[in-house]
This record gives sequence, structure tokens and C-alpha cells, in this order.
Amino acid sequence: MAESILKVEKISLAFGGVKALTDVSFEVEKGSIFSIIGPNGAGKTSMLNCISGRYQPNSGDIYFNQKNVTNLRPNDRADLGMGRTFQNLALFGHMTVLDNIMVGRHHLLKNNWLTGPIYWASNAQKEELEHRRHVEDVIDFLEISPIRKSIAGTLSYGLRKRVELARAIALKPDLILLDEPMAGMNLEEKEDMARYILDLNEAYGITVIMIEHDMSVVMDISHKVMVLDFGKKLITGLPDEVMADPHVKRAYLGIEDDEIDAQEAS
Amino acid sequence: MSSLSMRPCGDFRTSYKQDNTIFETSTIRWITIISIIALCFAPLVVDGYFITLLIQISYLGIAALGLNILVGFTGQISLGHGAFFGFGAFASAWLNISFEIPVFLSIPLAGFFTMGVGMIFGMPAARIKGLYLAIATLAAQFIIQDFFARAEWFSGGSAGSMAESLNLFGFVFNTDKSFYYVALFSLVFMFIWGCNLMRSRDGRAFIAVRDHYLSAEIMGVNLNKYRLLSFGISSFYAGIGGALYAHYLGYVSAEGFTIFMSIQFLAMIIIGGLGSIKGTLMGVIFMVLLPEVLASIVGLMKMTDWGNIPMVVDGLSYIKEMAIGLAIIAFLIFEPEGLAHRWTQIKNYWKFYPFAY
Repeated sequence: MAESILKVEKISLAFGGVKALTDVSFEVEKGSIFSIIGPNGAGKTSMLNCISGRYQPNSGDIYFNQKNVTNLRPNDRADLGMGRTFQNLALFGHMTVLDNIMVGRHHLLKNNWLTGPIYWASNAQKEELEHRRHVEDVIDFLEISPIRKSIAGTLSYGLRKRVELARAIALKPDLILLDEPMAGMNLEEKEDMARYILDLNEAYGITVIMIEHDMSVVMDISHKVMVLDFGKKLITGLPDEVMADPHVKRAYLGIEDDEIDAQEAS
Repeated sequence: MSSLSMRPCGDFRTSYKQDNTIFETSTIRWITIISIIALCFAPLVVDGYFITLLIQISYLGIAALGLNILVGFTGQISLGHGAFFGFGAFASAWLNISFEIPVFLSIPLAGFFTMGVGMIFGMPAARIKGLYLAIATLAAQFIIQDFFARAEWFSGGSAGSMAESLNLFGFVFNTDKSFYYVALFSLVFMFIWGCNLMRSRDGRAFIAVRDHYLSAEIMGVNLNKYRLLSFGISSFYAGIGGALYAHYLGYVSAEGFTIFMSIQFLAMIIIGGLGSIKGTLMGVIFMVLLPEVLASIVGLMKMTDWGNIPMVVDGLSYIKEMAIGLAIIAFLIFEPEGLAHRWTQIKNYWKFYPFAY
């Protein structure tokens, strides 16, 4: 087995009496596309929030590149190379697309509030221009160059999703967490997005953890799939294995119990 | 998009450097440079009273820009800006008198002192937001005001504190006309500083914190650090503005730095435009000139037969205060984005003239 980039060990998370996650463990291989699926309220986004640091799990550990990150703040995890997008758009609405993506490079920039304002005397200008080049690469990659000067809040839904992805890529992450990258998109936009995810995985070598409801996309592009149901892990495996699993069918794909019993009997 | 549409045709940008300039077009840059040069010659042309107004615009403008960085760009709120302004004024005078630090050094030092105080009072910002933060900063206003009244070693108590004139290489800036150059230089310097801050790393982080703090944190922005830093930088500006005020008047007393002054700073940035650097200056000019314009209108009315109404003529000082309130309300209703936005609208209208939109 290839080296693992993320190792989650027995994560449990509860909000009062609601157990969002119970003893979930899994590993993600470096350079793979890993999908998390499950019915609504299964704890997929809670899982992602634990990994990115929005939530602190009640118990369990998360190792990122062999480093225990369980107690790190989200911004420290970004420094280590973890990027993410949100299910509900979370762009900086009043900034241009370009500035949005430049924020992604925040942890790579070195100037601060004292050296930044003496723009020409420090290396702030040089740094800005250098990083602008990287940002333009990302913009080219996601084909959003015509809108780079638009205000992010004025864009259409599909474009905003793409800008959000661009911002996460600009972070130069090793691991990128995508929370429903294709929700609310039409078929064409979905196809584009699937292509971008495959490309960023192959060209940039970024490991992807993705939550998605569109089963055809999940089955087509993921290397591994994990199924959550009521905060518990049902199965992790290759897409085909997961699809064939009777528990998954019951939990997620909507087959009645007696049908499964009948299948197992036959 | 407006920045795109405002570019004249044929003005292409061929490098990232050209795309990162402070001014949208080279024309605007030249107009600004020429106006600053013209302002340098102002003392030769206009009379002394205008010079005092310009100096007032300078030190208030510096402090207001600080508040705009905090409120407009970082999305925090502060009702204690007037107190920080006063702290800068006293700190500079105190450093100068007690430690015999030359004034040209005590002004920036006072800025850093105020920054420290601002960061102490900004600490609640790491935890609370909105109205609650407003109340917390209101506490700062009253605590600092009380400190001015009690700490005689620092502020001279109720007697106030003397502040020496700025002395640079033997040249003493003790007249309005000479101090005007100090004020103008400081204003230009601090505004360039602000522009550059907003187009580099930490400025972007401020806006990110304002627009979506959750995703800012995920993008690697340390929320607590930047909220606190924003308070620090805002107080730094207030301190510099206050210090200039002190060394301009030569005398500081605690009465002026009340909650009313804090509200006035807020009014300036709301009228000018939250989150706009040029708007800050517009707002300050508006607020400084509003009473003057009113006074001259009443002065003109007094000379006519129909306008010589005792209520208006004698009640001028009340009218001035009411006008400030009225202006704030009018702007909140009709132009919540401030003069800066209105300016862009007018410019757009002019550019696209026969086509309305």
C-alpha cells in the first residue's frame, strides 16, 4: 500500500446527545481521490470539519503527513498544506476573484503589516508579483481568466464554486477537501468540475477527499469510497465493492430490507 | 467590474506590476500628484484660516483612516477612537516632556504606544462581535478618559499638558504655515502607507476576515491575530493623528476626547464610505467643511432682509451640530456606501454620458 497522507483514528464527535460521528477510522493514500458518501445527516460534513479543524473531535486522533493535527487550529492546518472548499459558498464577496485567490497564498507570503506598506522598499512588491504569477497559473488551469477582475459576490453559482476551488488550489495543498463540489450544477458544469478534480489530482498531485451526492460522478472518478451512516462507518473500499455491498444499498441507495434478504437467500 | 469599465480604451496593462498600481489609471495618478504639489503652494495663495482647516483635515484624516481600516476593512467596530486619538496626543507630549525625546521621534513613538493600548482594549474582539464589541470598546473610551483625568503624571490632570512645537534640524514648525507642511506630509505618507497595506498580504487578510471569517481561517488567516492587529493599526493611526494635533496646538487637555469625538470619526467614515481609502478623505473633508459652509451661508443670509432671522443667526452653533446628525441620517438612507460610491457613480455617468447605464 502506498504511503498514507491522512490517517483518522477512532474519531468521535457529539453535539450534546446527538452523536455525529462514532469511532470512525480510515486512511487516505497519497495521490488518491477519496470520496465520502452517505445519506443526509450521516456526518460527512462533520467528518470534513474535524479534518480541517472547524470542529474538535471528542476523542480520536487525526494524523496528517504523519503529524498529529488533532488539536491544531484551522489556519495552522492550512500552513501544513490542507485546503478545502465549502458546501455553501464561502467566497470573500466584496473582493475581486484575483484577490480571493491571492488570499489562498496567505501562508506562503512573508510580508507583514510593517514591511507590506513600505511596498517598494521591502520585497513586498516583488513577492506580490511573483505570487501573482502562481495565481495566474491556477486561473488558467480552471479557465476563469475572463472573470479575474470581477467581484466574487456578483458571479454565478457555478463560477463561484470554481473560484472557491481555485482559492483552495492556490494554497498549494497536499490534501484538498471538497464539500459537495458539484451540488446544484447542471450536467455540463458537473462534467467540467469532474475534469478539474481529475486534473488537479493528476497534474498537481493533490490528494482529494470529496463529499458528493451524485453517485455516477463518485463511482467514475474516485479511487476509494467510504460510506457513512448515522455517524458510523459502513464500509471503505473500491467503488464497485461499495456499490455491491448490501448495507450500503440499504442505507443509501434505498433498497428495502426484505429485498436484501431475498438477494442474500438466492 | 466597475474598475474594468472605468479604464479608457487603449489603456492596456501588459505586466502584473501595471495591474497592481494604487491608482486605476495614470491620469488619476497625475491628477493626484499635481494636486499634492498644488497643495504645497496653498499657504502662498489662500489665507490663514483655510490653512488651519487643511491642517485639521490632515490630522483628522489620518485618525479616520485608522478607524476605516478597523471598521470598513476588517468589519470590527470601535466606539473608542476618540480616546485613542487623545491618548496619542498625551503620549507624544508626555514622551517629549518627561524623556526629552525630540518631537519628530515622539510622534511615531506615540503611535506605537497607542497601538499597544489599542491592542489591549481590542482583546475582546477575539471573542465577541458586533454590538457586544461596540459596548466593550465603549468601555475603552470611558476608561481611557478617566485615565486622562486621574493620571496627572501622564496628562497633567485637569490642567492639561503642554506640547512643544516640532523642531527638525533647528527649524521650528510653530506657525500654521510651517506646520501645514508637516501635516500634509504626514497625511500623504499615512495614506500611501494605508494603500500599500491594503494591497499586500495583511490588508487582504483584513478584508478576508470581514467578508467570511470562517473561510479566512481555513485559508490560513489567524483570526485572533488579525482582529487584534486591526485594532493595533487603527490605534496606531489614531495615535499619530492625535500626536500631530497636540504638537500643532501646543497644548492638550482632556475635554476634547469624548465619545462625541468617537462618533464624529464614525460619521466621517460612514459618510465617506466604509472600506474606501479615498472615501475616508472625502468624509473628513465633508465633516470639516460642513460647519464652515453652514456658517458662511448663515453669514450671507444675515446680510439680506429676508434671511436675518434671529433664531437662525443666533442658533448657528446648534444648527452646526444638528447638521452633522442630519448628514449622517441622510447618508445612511440615500447613500449608505458613502461619498466614494457616489463619486464612482458620477464618474460612470460622465463616461457613458448618452447611455445612462
